[in-house]
Amino acid sequence: MSARGPFQDKPSLRVEGLTLSRGGRVLFEDLSFAAGPGAYVEVQGSNGSGKTSLLRAIAGLLRPRGGRIEFDGVEDQALSLHYLAHANALKREASVRDHLRYWAGLFGGAPSEDFVAQMLDLGRVMKLPVRVLSQGQARRLALARLVVAPRPVWLLDEPAAALDDAGRAVLNELIASHRANGGIAVAAVHEPLGVAPSLVVRVPR
Amino acid sequence: MFAFLANPARFMAFSAWATPVLFVGALVLFVVGIPWALFYSPADYQMGDTARIMYVHVPAAWWSMGVFAFMTGASFVGLVWRHVLADVAARAAAPVGAVFAGVCLITGSLWGAPTWGTWWEWDGRMTSMLVLFVTYLGYIGLWASIEDEERAARLTAILCLVGAINLPIVKFSVDWWSTLHQPASIMRSGGSAVHPSMLGPLLTMAGAYLLLFGALTLMNMRATIFRRRVESAAMRKAQS
Amino acid sequence: MSAFGVTFRRELALLWGGGGALAPLGYFFGATMLVPLAMGPDRALLQTAGPPLVWIAAALAVLAMLERLFQSDLEDGSLDQMLLSPAPLELIVLAKGAALWVGIGVPLALAGAPAAIALQAPIERLPLIVFSLALGAAAFIGVGLVGAALTASVKRGGVLIALIVLPFFAPPIIFGAAVASGEDVVAALSILGGCALGAAALGPIAAAAALRLQAE
Repeated sequence: MSARGPFQDKPSLRVEGLTLSRGGRVLFEDLSFAAGPGAYVEVQGSNGSGKTSLLRAIAGLLRPRGGRIEFDGVEDQALSLHYLAHANALKREASVRDHLRYWAGLFGGAPSEDFVAQMLDLGRVMKLPVRVLSQGQARRLALARLVVAPRPVWLLDEPAAALDDAGRAVLNELIASHRANGGIAVAAVHEPLGVAPSLVVRVPR
Repeated sequence: MFAFLANPARFMAFSAWATPVLFVGALVLFVVGIPWALFYSPADYQMGDTARIMYVHVPAAWWSMGVFAFMTGASFVGLVWRHVLADVAARAAAPVGAVFAGVCLITGSLWGAPTWGTWWEWDGRMTSMLVLFVTYLGYIGLWASIEDEERAARLTAILCLVGAINLPIVKFSVDWWSTLHQPASIMRSGGSAVHPSMLGPLLTMAGAYLLLFGALTLMNMRATIFRRRVESAAMRKAQS
Repeated sequence: MSAFGVTFRRELALLWGGGGALAPLGYFFGATMLVPLAMGPDRALLQTAGPPLVWIAAALAVLAMLERLFQSDLEDGSLDQMLLSPAPLELIVLAKGAALWVGIGVPLALAGAPAAIALQAPIERLPLIVFSLALGAAAFIGVGLVGAALTASVKRGGVLIALIVLPFFAPPIIFGAAVASGEDVVAALSILGGCALGAAALGPIAAAAALRLQAE
């Protein structure tokens, strides 16, 4: 992808002895793994096993009960990651273009809106409010956040949810070029995305 | 003492004997203080025997504010050092403080009827106390409506701290407001002019309230800790 | 554009785009309309009671806006993205509050003029009423941010927000209504300004602390 250059500093992610709990219940204990530049980490586990909590902990949104999470080779910790959650973080009344502009300001990016829209096949619906989009289009718009501002680490929670075959192809392409640039992708998935993972993390239960 | 009690096991051992001791102490002070206040202290030269309600009213007013100050301190400790027992203490104290504020309002109203000739007067102190009472209710309501106890503890601690900033501002505003609306004709009862012979029973009653607060709060804390133990045992059972 | 700028623009667009700002204005007029119906049309009575009642109506109209303020952001995942922005959450919350003030607070203050006329307030006092209402709305919104953030995860939390926030409304109501009634205007106005400033400065800090906990 020509929109941005590769991540110069060789980012890496290290999780050490991580213990997470929700509402007083321990989800898992002493989880460790590490991922270097270009890694694709697939997090597997049954429903309610703590996949989402693991991603939220790495994102810094959930305070771990124990253990450490570290990013190396990341210049500014505040610019280290993107988190694609289950919820798309879209407002029904705002248009696709509104969202792209908002994210550019919120995350400090300077994208060519048309380029982003074209890549994700959202050009035709650019001016339309989110409430008229299909579920697949809404998910693709959420994916656009990853491209609007570059971040070395992507945390993806069921990224393929609601995507059709073409959407999945776009997603895989995004991940591939992200890795080619030296970025790290961590995805929590119910069924494999079809990209060969460099590491599989099983969340125990 | 706080560092010593921060350990839950030590706290449970300490509170197991401290709670009944405080209850007995409160009882003794009430047994001494109530007859002293009602029969053996001089009647007010203006208000006569009705002034004796002061011995119930004034300590309730003092400690309703004191309890909020206690909750503010506990909330601060809980928020900054993430101390579970501090959270539990703040939560356990709130209903007691709310009842003290309620007692103060009710006895104030009862006192107002014979002296001011009205059941309610928008006097500066009564109005501030009403705001304090509502603040207590909001605090308790927030605790009750958030299921995750850890999150509830942090959020209510924030509410308690901003409430502690608000209350002095309310006090100042209400004083400003009541001088604007009521020239000094309304009698400032129960204020600075407490005769020394009234001080003995008043302080005894204040001590009784304080010990009662301590006993009820400890009891409440113990109940919370026991309930959590039962719940986590049930959760472990459900998971295995 | 900065994170503050885009948040401000987006919130304002969402407020007005959905016609959402009309509802609190309508509510405000509706509430003031009930006053003469309850008190009778007596001119002298309305003249003394009218301006303070405009203040009560404005406070209630702001209160009605608070329930969904952060709840929708929590539910649709927007709050996570705000937390991941390199800009401090306090600044983003301040931007939301500023948008609410411009989108709802200022229109409410302007609507205070016709409402006060209808309640027989003297015409020469209108500028003062509008100005003080604008300051008061800032104070209401500042503390309202905290109440909304504390109850963001509570379903049907409207009544609880009111209970939490109303004690904080007491000081601005006292000084605002005094200004509107023309009592001790200079002192009351300067203290009201202090309330607005304090709430606008401290509100976003406390609200952001609460929102971080809500996201966990």
